Amino acid sequence: MSAWNNVRAIAKRELGAYFSSPVAYVFIVIFLLLVGFFTFNVGQFFQIGEASLNSFFYWHPWLYLFLVPAVGMRLWSEERRQGTMELLLTMPITTWQAILGKFLASWAFLAIALLLTFPIVLTVNYLGDPDNGIIFSGYIGSLLLAGAYLAISSMTSAMTRNQVVSFIVSVVICLFLIIVGYGPVTDLLTNWGSAALVDTVASFSVITHFDPFQKGLIDLRDIVFFLSIIVFSLFTTGVIIRAHRAG
Amino acid sequence: MIKVENLKKAFGAKFAVNGLSFSVERGEVLGFLGPNGAGKSTTMRMITGFIPPTDGTISVGGFDMVENPIPGKRLIGYLPENAPAYSDMTVQGFLGFAAELRGLSGDAKKKAVGRAVDMCFLESVLHQSVDTLSKGYRHRTSLAQSLLHDPDILILDEPTDGLDPNQKHEIRTLIRRMGETKVIIFSTHILEEVEAVCSRAIIIDRGQIVANGTPLELKARSENAGAVTISMLGTPAADVATKLNALSAVKEVKLLSEQNGRTVLRCFPSKDQMSGVFSRAVAELAQRESWRLEELRVEEGKLDDVFRAITLSETQKGATQ
Repeated sequence: MSAWNNVRAIAKRELGAYFSSPVAYVFIVIFLLLVGFFTFNVGQFFQIGEASLNSFFYWHPWLYLFLVPAVGMRLWSEERRQGTMELLLTMPITTWQAILGKFLASWAFLAIALLLTFPIVLTVNYLGDPDNGIIFSGYIGSLLLAGAYLAISSMTSAMTRNQVVSFIVSVVICLFLIIVGYGPVTDLLTNWGSAALVDTVASFSVITHFDPFQKGLIDLRDIVFFLSIIVFSLFTTGVIIRAHRAG
Repeated sequence: MIKVENLKKAFGAKFAVNGLSFSVERGEVLGFLGPNGAGKSTTMRMITGFIPPTDGTISVGGFDMVENPIPGKRLIGYLPENAPAYSDMTVQGFLGFAAELRGLSGDAKKKAVGRAVDMCFLESVLHQSVDTLSKGYRHRTSLAQSLLHDPDILILDEPTDGLDPNQKHEIRTLIRRMGETKVIIFSTHILEEVEAVCSRAIIIDRGQIVANGTPLELKARSENAGAVTISMLGTPAADVATKLNALSAVKEVKLLSEQNGRTVLRCFPSKDQMSGVFSRAVAELAQRESWRLEELRVEEGKLDDVFRAITLSETQKGATQ
């Protein structure tokens, strides 16, 4: 049980670190403003005249592309810059407890930000009669998507003591995971590749696996996809930290 | 309690630590000396399990730090170089967090934090954020973190670096007091600190142990160690030197100064002379000759000289290789 206590202690500290600085509040405000802007202006929530949150969830992969790396970039690079990594990893804890604790804390932070979008659920329920099951599955998918991006940011953050570098590398990787399944790009690919190839490439995309959640389908395969990105990235985080310590 | 054997660490092709072996037992305060970049911090980082060694074994309290580091880590309190601490936390929050990672909770945690705060005089900054602390307080905050669980082993990397003389004195007193019941390894550049605190000192240069012994033993390696310095009035230096040279025990006499009728000389003993016997021989000569002695002093030797002699010659050897 001490393993879980260690994870909890680290997660608690990490979450505290978000809220003890203005970063958390700035992030939440920006997130909510952008979500609103994309849903109502770009997504034309009112003009479509549908009692659904399609225009809300549709933009999440793109919003998270910049916002999640901003949350995750400090996870390990800050530890390295401040030298506290030496303190943390000479405590009687294992590296994976530290990785997991930090990841869970930032994921919880993103979940809090996501939960604060609840007024839009109330709005759509007030205006019409949406299928709340679909909205629920959309939220599940969105949370998994954020977790996948975050794990990637954790990995890039372990690579460097520079947060900006961590941010940029993380954005590039996440962008790659979007565009291989993004409609206009797959259309382009069909011109010179076989359909099987395009499908294979697209199956690596977060878009391909996020879509079903927006339609109300919670498919085990999609959950496994996101979870395997998380597990793989966190595992790689451990490998990078180990390599860094070994010099 | 700590046993290090043939420890090596390579960064690329360069060996930062190259074949260290030593052991430390309870009740010892071991000082790590050495020029910058000698491998002191790297050695400490390996003992505390932060970085894995390239070769060799480290056993802490009987636990292998490479295969099974967690039980060994539990025994250690560690103050890393530059005394890191989470700058976004308050002192109390930081110590509470460290205590939780040490497996303390509830009352035990509160007590441990309180004790560490008392030992490091941190009451006045308890609710202050770490990044607003002065260097001395920040240092002591990080030190307090290493004392939380009352560890059997304390490893302190430059514990008095950047502190004012009063704070240095406090930390040294603390180390000396705790050293009676614990194992303490600390690194420093300050040689007087070694004499004041250590029961044993190891001098490291370019990744290897070049001297290992009590501060007294190390000082005895100084060229002046065992020499007798005499200062007297009235007698010309040349006369004194002739008389001294006539003694079989004297190997060499050096004139240090001759001013206003005051002569200061240093005589070195020939080999295999007990220092007490030698100084007595000089004193008896002075009595026979009725010299007007002002002072007769046996030189202990200076750690500075030994340190420089050992580490400089090693570096020069390296340069000519």
